[in-house]
Amino acid sequence: MNLTLKIWRQKGPQDKGKMVEYKVTDISEHMSFLEMMDVLNEQLTNKGGEPVAFDHDCREGICGMCSMYINGEAHGPDRGVTTCQLHMRMFKDGDTITIEPFRAKAFPVIKDLVVDRSSFDRIQQAGGFISVNTSGNTQDANAIPIDKHAADEAMDAATCIGCGACVASCKNSSAMLFVGAKVSQYALLPQGQIEATDRVKNMVAQMDLEGFGNCTNTGACEVECPKGISLENIARMNREFFSASIKG
Amino acid sequence: MSVLDSKIPKGPLKDKWTTYKDKINLVNPANKRNIDVIVVGTGLAGGSAAATLAELGYRVKAFCYQDSPRRAHSIAAQGGINAAKNYQGDGDSTYRLFYDTVKGGDYRSREANVYRLAEVSTNIIDQCVAQGVPFARDYGGLLDNRSFGGVLVSRTFYAKGQTGQQLLLGAYSAMNRQIARGKIEMFNRHEMLDVVKVNGKARGIIARNLVTGEIERHSAHAVVIASGGYGNVYFLSTNAMGSNATAAWKIHKKGAFFANPCYTQIHPTCIPRSGDYQSKLTLMSESLRNDGRIWVPKNMEDVLAIREGKLKPTQLSEDQRDYYLERRYPAFGNLVPRDVASRAAKERCDAGYGVNATGEAVYLDFKAAIERYGLEQAKIHGIQDASKEKITALGEAVVEEKYGNLFQMYEKIVDENPYKTPMMIYPATHYTMGGVWVDYNLMTTVEGLYCIGEANFSDHGANRLGASALMQGLADGYFVLPYTIGDYLSHEIRTGKIPTDTPEFDQAEKEVTERINFFVNNKGTHSVDYFHKRLGKVMWDKCGMSRNAEGLKEAMAEIKAIREEFYKEVKVPGSANEMNPELEKAGRVADFLELGELFAKDALMREESCGGHFREESVEIDGEQKGEAKRNDKDYAFVAAWEYKGEPSEAVLHKEQLEFKDIELKQRSYK
Repeated sequence: MNLTLKIWRQKGPQDKGKMVEYKVTDISEHMSFLEMMDVLNEQLTNKGGEPVAFDHDCREGICGMCSMYINGEAHGPDRGVTTCQLHMRMFKDGDTITIEPFRAKAFPVIKDLVVDRSSFDRIQQAGGFISVNTSGNTQDANAIPIDKHAADEAMDAATCIGCGACVASCKNSSAMLFVGAKVSQYALLPQGQIEATDRVKNMVAQMDLEGFGNCTNTGACEVECPKGISLENIARMNREFFSASIKG
Repeated sequence: MSVLDSKIPKGPLKDKWTTYKDKINLVNPANKRNIDVIVVGTGLAGGSAAATLAELGYRVKAFCYQDSPRRAHSIAAQGGINAAKNYQGDGDSTYRLFYDTVKGGDYRSREANVYRLAEVSTNIIDQCVAQGVPFARDYGGLLDNRSFGGVLVSRTFYAKGQTGQQLLLGAYSAMNRQIARGKIEMFNRHEMLDVVKVNGKARGIIARNLVTGEIERHSAHAVVIASGGYGNVYFLSTNAMGSNATAAWKIHKKGAFFANPCYTQIHPTCIPRSGDYQSKLTLMSESLRNDGRIWVPKNMEDVLAIREGKLKPTQLSEDQRDYYLERRYPAFGNLVPRDVASRAAKERCDAGYGVNATGEAVYLDFKAAIERYGLEQAKIHGIQDASKEKITALGEAVVEEKYGNLFQMYEKIVDENPYKTPMMIYPATHYTMGGVWVDYNLMTTVEGLYCIGEANFSDHGANRLGASALMQGLADGYFVLPYTIGDYLSHEIRTGKIPTDTPEFDQAEKEVTERINFFVNNKGTHSVDYFHKRLGKVMWDKCGMSRNAEGLKEAMAEIKAIREEFYKEVKVPGSANEMNPELEKAGRVADFLELGELFAKDALMREESCGGHFREESVEIDGEQKGEAKRNDKDYAFVAAWEYKGEPSEAVLHKEQLEFKDIELKQRSYK
């Protein structure tokens, strides 16, 4: 198939940036979206142009490195996939595809489609851990039985890949699905209880400091999340935060 | 007299590690605060090492090329992690895990290292549970296990099909705690481009800031390389696009020996390639072989009809199918080790029985498992006379619970529903057992320079068993390196801060800058990928699942020719002082173009078949094992450690003889 691409080009953080139009031809429907971008970049390199910078790494939907806002949706039109798993069979011959970076105040653009998501790391550093040193003397893994349902629910929350699609999809650029997923994972497990109060307060404080917006229950984040992280995690974080505030 | 000293402690195998730990030198907490350690790579090995060293009190600088340490490619490991917990009471023990690993590695690994690995494996599970890693559990709330290839017990712990992700996020959380305390200084989007040696000791690195292009100097009292494997030398592999051998190769060029490069794992269950545009291959976890049965049609006419789309695999009856692994290896069946399963698939496809258009695919079928689980569930729920549909639905629910995300991933890529029609799979490059040579302390042949995880060569011999990579990465980082490096650093307490304004740093930075300037100023005609794809084709065709002397000689010559052309004709757009992904790739491919040649040289030298290294000249001629790989213990029971001498073809071989005191060398039989 032949396609027209409208891509955001921006040389660096200080550059104003603009949409630029490109044509690609002979794209196979079996290609992934990023393989289509490889074709474009090979074409640009051979013609003496500058390839489009975009983040990507594992190309199997787990590292969370790839981003892109495609035709107005984070990770494009398919559901339950990252951009690297999006296949060209989702598009038609002759389509025009608009490709932008994830946009949020807390995700400044570095170049073209590459954004800086280190704000996510800083939120995790504020409390996304259990304080246990490596010693070889921790108690036996089976010492505390954990209810299977709780373990499964913790696992569902823990599958967040930290890509930032929730933020990019939210009209408020809220990171509450991301933060809620981490808070939930630990809230559901006995190991996480000891530090629960400090954890939720510190992570929420850092989230606000980074300039993410608040949640107004639209639910776009859940729809666009490639891992199907549930909105319930936000509710659980709110409960945790509320009870932490009462405890003082 | 060999220059290699593996520094294996004396005494009985079972006591070596304990005795060693009792006798090493320690560093007092006040002195640890003044000692710097650089860790390159933040996967399971690097991430766990950085976190643990920081917990101990060292000042750690950690580097990764990704935008966050959480994205290292350990995250993509699916199936699980082994540990000799024996929770299932099925006869597992430290010794048995050790034995399985040495046997699975086809008797080409170092006994003492493997025993230590098996010994600390149980600590890993305890540690990860304490960190909040949500492993799968049964209804009694205890940890669940599954089986993996090459073993007869269930010792694999898992978190759905995302075990690597959960373990890595565990290590990442431990790192975050130390980053927050200022004990780890994290350098995201940085790539190490050389190591700096002062008076023979590793004292720092030169790194490029991938956002600004700035070249930076970082000094330390010891340097740890945890940068993963070199599978991308094949261009197509299950590795991440950015996975590279640059850190490992640069230290090789500065004196670290490179061991057994020809030991590469071709994983049997990957999604087959579909066209020339393809950028990477996707693995389907080995855990699928617990329940999936592998087959091709028995009759050639069925193969052809399937390829033409006239026949569906589900239409073939049981007696029209060749479950070739169950046929050839009745004892282990679909759970033979990876190298054996891959070669068996290649054998069927080479004979013309491949089931997709390219002729390079076999089926992985869950029909039997769905039925079995369905009947079991019907019984549990007391459903009398359940219909066939009901049984299928119940069975599919169990399979979804176990492998749901893998099935979804397959469907998204191939556009077929694997619950209804068998998956198509084919082998692909996955893991590299070879790597930087290290002694028992995980130190390379350069003093103060360590190498851990997939980047080193030490534990998997010529073939790695499933669910052992995660085990090794975390064992090295959490439980081994923190002890061994302490012994070395105890001699560094009087050294003081290492300055970076010295001639050694000047020189290393100059070399790095010149290399970068060469690439951006070389007005060539072809992109980096053009050369990488050509290298990959030579590697796959001549250094792939089976190798012969003639092909390997050709490979060496061809790789050298591609390398020479690369330096003349490569084109790198953009400049050095900005984010420039093509420039990053150019540096990595330049290193692969050297490594590939050494790989072929190593494979040519090793005139035996062992593990992932299959030489067509070395097979069993007759008997029960006819056609199977033939090892030669008399002449080749050694580690091949190569010393850099300028050109890869001129590398000098050093042999570390392998001694097996606790295990009898036998032919691996999975029949």
